[in-house]
This record gives sequence, structure tokens and C-alpha cells, in this order.
Amino acid sequence: MKRNWWKIVCVFLLTGICTIGFIGQVPAKPILNETIRNLYFHVPMWFCMMIFFITSVVYAIKYLRNPKETYNLHSVEFANTGILFGMLGLITGMIWANYTWGAPWSNDPKQIGAAIALLIYLAYLVLRNSIENPEHKARIGAVYNIFAFALLFPTIWIIPRMVESLHPGGQGNPAFSAKDADVHMRMIFWLLAVPGWMLLGLWITNLHIRLFNVQKT
Amino acid sequence: MSIIQKIFLCFAALFLTTIKIMAQTTKPEMADQLHSNGKIYVVVAVVLTILAGLFFYLIKLDRKMRKFEKQQKP
Repeated sequence: MKRNWWKIVCVFLLTGICTIGFIGQVPAKPILNETIRNLYFHVPMWFCMMIFFITSVVYAIKYLRNPKETYNLHSVEFANTGILFGMLGLITGMIWANYTWGAPWSNDPKQIGAAIALLIYLAYLVLRNSIENPEHKARIGAVYNIFAFALLFPTIWIIPRMVESLHPGGQGNPAFSAKDADVHMRMIFWLLAVPGWMLLGLWITNLHIRLFNVQKT
Repeated sequence: MSIIQKIFLCFAALFLTTIKIMAQTTKPEMADQLHSNGKIYVVVAVVLTILAGLFFYLIKLDRKMRKFEKQQKP
């Protein structure tokens, strides 16, 4: 029970966000209308993806410095969860865009950048699965992981900000502009939504890692 | 046209544009009725039920995993 307190926190935070997310007061904005509530559900997906990719690359570097199997395992599983959250972010973004931009895919620089970033990470999984030798697999995978992480910066942080975009916050904050969310929404976003979804991802990753360890022995 | 007249016209033009902007910013349409008649709670109940089911499943999986881990490490 002591080691699992964060799972209980996860349950509370997500229950909170699924209640306040619908009932809570939100600012009335043109075009967005009630869909501004997606801030609690769509935007945290990207935040979580970034957090998991950072964790993954940290473990990849750790593995290259000291080739322990557990570092390799953590690196892969965090990348997997990151890809899951990225996919969910892309799909929910398309659903949202269908109502606010008029089409699910409008070749917006943010959409293209996110899609490229995810494809690069999918290539990471393909690369790993195509190598038989487990040691080569881990080492080449870790090196590629660093490249994939480096490519996240131009594809989702830099290029979408340099060009005109339909997505809010094109010139400045990448996720949401100061105009759209008021202080109340931001507080819920940072205190409930981001940690809640992040802990859920952590839980899933934790289960995967333990499953692998149980299967191995 | 004197400089004062020009300045006056500039201000008049500015004023007119602000009126136009103000006319455009009517209150955006929100689902106020859904909130006032309480039907939003139906949505919340559905989402919370799904979430409860998901958590139940995750916790069950977690427990099962712990059992296996304990079997392996006597």
C-alpha cells in the first residue's frame, strides 16, 4: 500500500478532472464554445507524451553509459507509452479540429509536425523489432532513441512556431494561448489534468515493465 | 484640410472601427441549457462509470501481477 500511493492519487485526480471538466465554469469564447473543455483532455496527452519521451531518452543515455538490461527495458516501455499518448493526442486533435477548423486534417504545420514526430518514433519500434541480437537491439535502439528525441524539437517545438498556424499559441506558448484559458482553467489543468493523465501513463508503463520481468524469469 | 481636422477624422475613424468590433463580439453561444437543466450530470455519470470500469480493470491486473511476482520471489 505504501508503494502504491501514487496509483490512488491517479484515481482521485482523473475522477476529479472527469467531473470538473464537464461541470466547471469555462470562459465563453467564439468558435471554441464548449469545446474549450478539451483543454483538460486533449492538451495533457501532448504534455504526457513529451514527459515520457524525455524519460525514455534519459534511460537510453543511461543504457549507453552503463549497459544494464533494466535501463533498456525502461527506455522502450516509456517510448511505447509516449507513442500511445501521442496517437491519442493526434486523434483527439483531429476530432476537435473537425469542429473548430472545419476539417479533421487541414495540413496545418502543427498537425504535420506532430505526425512526423510520431512516425519517427514508430520507426524506432520497427528498427528494434528488426534486430535479432538482443544486445545490438538495445544498443542501436538507444542510439536511435536519442536521434528521435532530437528530431522532436524541430518538428513539434520550432517549425510550427515559425509559420502561420490555425492552432492556438503559434507565436509563443506551444500548447495554449494566454487568451483562451483563464486562471481557473489553468489551475485545474496544471494541478489535476496533467498529473492525473501522467500518473495513468506511468501506471501502464509500470505494468508493462513488471509483465516483462515476470515473463522473463 | 487643417491638421486639427485630420486628427479629428483619424479619431472618428478609430471610433467607428471600435463600434464595428464591439458589434461583432456578441456573447459566444454556450450550452447553458445543458448545464441549467442538469442533463450534463448524465454525461458526467457515464464518463465516471467508464473511468471506474477502467480503474477496476487496472487494479485487478496490478493485483494479479503482484501475485505472480510473489510466487517468483519466495
